[in-house]
Amino acid sequence: MIHLPVVKANGRTFKANPDEAPTHDLRDEIFQLEKEGEWEVMRVPEPYMEVMTKYGRTKKIPVEKTWHHKSCGQCGHIPGYSTSIFWLNREFGLDYHDPTDQTSCTAWNYYASATSNPAAQAAVAMRNFAAAHEVGYFPLIHCGTSFGHYKEVRHALVHQHDLRRKVRDILKRLGKKLVIPEEIVHYSEWVLAMRHRIAERQVIDMSNITATVHPACHYHKLIEEDAIYDSEIYGAQRTAIVTSTLEALGITVGDYSTWYDCCGFGFRHILVSRDFSRSFSVKRKIEKMIEEVNPDITVTHDTGCVTTLDQSQFAGKAHGCKVGLPVMADSQVAALAMGAHPYKVLQLHWHNTDNKPFLEKIGIDYEQKWREFEAEVAKIKAGEKEFMTWDDAK
Amino acid sequence: MALDLSYNKYSDVSYDEKERLFEECKADDRWSHVLYGCYECGICVAACPSARFYDFSPRIIAQAAAREDVDLVYTLMNDSVWDCSQCFSCDRCPRQNSPGQIITVMREVAVRNGLQTAKKALEGYGRIIYKIMSTGSQVSPDMLQPNAFPDWGGHVGEISDNLEVWRKALPPETLHTTETGWVVDDKTIIELYLIWHMTGVMDMIESIDEGLHMILVDVMEEKLEEAGYDVTFD
Ligand code: SF4
Ligand code: SF4
Repeated sequence: MIHLPVVKANGRTFKANPDEAPTHDLRDEIFQLEKEGEWEVMRVPEPYMEVMTKYGRTKKIPVEKTWHHKSCGQCGHIPGYSTSIFWLNREFGLDYHDPTDQTSCTAWNYYASATSNPAAQAAVAMRNFAAAHEVGYFPLIHCGTSFGHYKEVRHALVHQHDLRRKVRDILKRLGKKLVIPEEIVHYSEWVLAMRHRIAERQVIDMSNITATVHPACHYHKLIEEDAIYDSEIYGAQRTAIVTSTLEALGITVGDYSTWYDCCGFGFRHILVSRDFSRSFSVKRKIEKMIEEVNPDITVTHDTGCVTTLDQSQFAGKAHGCKVGLPVMADSQVAALAMGAHPYKVLQLHWHNTDNKPFLEKIGIDYEQKWREFEAEVAKIKAGEKEFMTWDDAK
Repeated sequence: MALDLSYNKYSDVSYDEKERLFEECKADDRWSHVLYGCYECGICVAACPSARFYDFSPRIIAQAAAREDVDLVYTLMNDSVWDCSQCFSCDRCPRQNSPGQIITVMREVAVRNGLQTAKKALEGYGRIIYKIMSTGSQVSPDMLQPNAFPDWGGHVGEISDNLEVWRKALPPETLHTTETGWVVDDKTIIELYLIWHMTGVMDMIESIDEGLHMILVDVMEEKLEEAGYDVTFD
């Protein structure tokens, strides 16, 4: 087992200093453009939490009044992922909005097929932001790719006057204003910022659990300066996302040599060239994690990563590879720690790799829990109720 | 499959045509921000997942683009760019290049110009384009069919058998859908179609799949008409 390293040289930890950042702070330009009448900036609503990003700058994370920009891959194929995010908000009694006036970011398609262009991509983003602004809530982005893509879009809009003008015209024809959020915030940043409050409410002991973390490429590689770093986590040499959350829950995070590698999703590949996704995911991620750490679970924070790491293990097993590692999102693990139902809330039956040994290890009677879920399903089938409600999921 | 980088493979395509496509790449607003030269250090290759699996190299792509090697860029635009995973691990380039974004631009040019290799790379992907363009969702619950994901094992069949009822067994009120990830307002979809219309995205789809384009245009024009818009995609 390799323990979490804190990178030091001659006893010195590296401290990020915003005055030495290699880039300027985009937010200064965003506010300047507002002064020039180019757009309106959506402020992070108070109260907000503050976290540190790569170069030591501070990023504001809203506690509530969040507009949940859902992920098509999460809602479509791993719906317990988003359900867990909502469940956490409800448990804390926070005001949030789950919009129906929302499209996906459409970036999965863009990165897969290139059948779009920068103006269309920016217009989709700004349409969603305008929709959030209209109802008075601040965007909280569920998908790692949407998060990365929206950061790219924001960057392009700040620096390309023509693109800004084009998108403003499009929005005008839709009857919408050009509004830009002061911060682009990923839900896993919200989970991280809330981690101590989550830990205070923890009812499931996870101190016997060892996990590996897979950080999503589009979270920390696209506009890398905007990702959360922490001098206590990997000596601020790598993003603290997910790792920091798991440590707060008492989980031991093990390090492995291919931490930086992508999961193998590939956008186009996961849909029509899965030989690549399967091989990369199993050989470069899952097998390495098992060989080097032998964790109980691997935890990540993006749609594509959960999908690829989880689903690829079935074929890996057929090929005799070292697999069998449950995969969950940080929101699911956090919700589970606070007592969420593994099937009614985490919806683990949509996952592929066997997660029962993990549930057993943290003392959850998964057979009983499955019976409880099945009882709800039976009521729906019998027409006794139309849907399972939040109250039913308690 | 080994990548053939000899200058023979596309010798039937004129230099002028290759140059035209390269000029289209260079005319993209992003080009000058994602390509600054190349040290040939190979850092991008070390970080690249696709380079481990395919005969693929972001370094070669950055090099060819920086050297303005028109023939080689054309070969790579056909035979290499679709192997990229678009993960942007290569963004740690010390020359501040983004080979992944160079590739994004090259792919867009390949699609806009209807290159056969782009059509081939997107074979089987048409149903996804239909879904995203018509609903705004890339994937949906009803796509979880065993024949679509045979390598994901029996659990896909179990999900598809229970789909309707399992969707109803989701507490968030917006998730009881099967054809989209969540409930989307009609007005939202109309706005999305108007964005596609105003940004010329449908022309790109026509370049790679005329049949798909026709079906999509029918669906969109009908919905737009119902909503009171007189819009055609021609
Ligand atoms: S990392 Fe950058 S400079 Fe180095 S080989 Fe790749 S593109 Fe060239
Ligand atoms: S974006 Fe493409 S070229 Fe860059 S590291 Fe990822 S797969 Fe390789």
